[in-house]
Amino acid sequence: MAAHVTTPGTVEPKYWMGGIEPMKASYGKLMMWFFLISDTFTFSALLVAYGTQRFGFPAFTGDRADFTFSNLYWPIPERVYESVPFLHGISLPLVFVGIMTFILIASSVTMVLAVEAGHRMDRANVEKYMLWTILGGFTFLGCQAWEWSHFIHGTESGSVMKVWENGVEVSKTIFGANLTENQYGPPAFADFFFFITGFHGTHVFSGVILNILIFFRSATGFYDKRGSYEMVEKVGLYWHFVDLVWVFVFTFFYLV
Amino acid sequence: MSEVHHIHNQDPNAGAEQRKAIWKTFWILSAITSLEFLIAFTMHHGVLKVGIFIVLTIVKAFYIVGEFMHLKHETKSLIWSILVPIIFVAWLILALLLEGQAIFDAIFG
Repeated sequence: MAAHVTTPGTVEPKYWMGGIEPMKASYGKLMMWFFLISDTFTFSALLVAYGTQRFGFPAFTGDRADFTFSNLYWPIPERVYESVPFLHGISLPLVFVGIMTFILIASSVTMVLAVEAGHRMDRANVEKYMLWTILGGFTFLGCQAWEWSHFIHGTESGSVMKVWENGVEVSKTIFGANLTENQYGPPAFADFFFFITGFHGTHVFSGVILNILIFFRSATGFYDKRGSYEMVEKVGLYWHFVDLVWVFVFTFFYLV
Repeated sequence: MSEVHHIHNQDPNAGAEQRKAIWKTFWILSAITSLEFLIAFTMHHGVLKVGIFIVLTIVKAFYIVGEFMHLKHETKSLIWSILVPIIFVAWLILALLLEGQAIFDAIFG
């Protein structure tokens, strides 16, 4: 008894060399998922390293209303990020970060709507929603640029801190933050801000570039010719991942 | 360019259910984020508050990965292939937060 009876003229499905799709996902989609797993580890390492630093440094123990910037304890993030563009001098803790979060969630929605339109081969709607997603991405990047600029330049009066310079402890007024000085707290806080939000922002930027490519290829009929809009889905996975990372950054960097 | 043909799905209701699910997920994510804001400015800062934030973050992650990234509707083997490696992250968190506490005790304790 032969295990396989092959009808002349039909090709048996190949179980290796791309004959069938493992886990019912195409090669590209599966590889995007595994790339995202590796990226998860990278971002986890950054956020957990932040946690280690924070646990290894004194926390502010006094009444939260009396909080002032000092490099003797870790700052309360909501007191660091309380500025909103065009509303100079008004304390609005975390409002701007909240707006950025909504922008990213909204752009995730337009992305998934583009993917859905792609399933129906509805080119016009893919184009429309890709444009909205690209707009959301640029808006987020613009917000981040403003946030960085504000963080780097600091408050008008700065803060007076005791720092070591050439082996001597000196009192000096520090304005804003860079990789070695930080008016909001210990320098490590600013370093992690730059590295974590910077690494995330780089991902957003790459995502916008990919989204523009997808938009261009949809608009020129590339996917219609190919007969599949799956590329929208693959880039969509990346874009949602960027949103997912922001959800974690928002909680562990800004909220707690 | 004239060879390019459009394969339009003529049914206007195609995918309507999916779109409904997408918007529902959007409203859930927005509601949770608003709730987080509310908690941030009304609750006393402590372990409970941080715990609530972490739970809400995981709920948001569940909706983004499950609905937007469509993982909920993939095959079981794909779901587990993605979720199981996250165990390493859980270990990383545990190991390095204990390490942080040990650094604190050594320097400031």
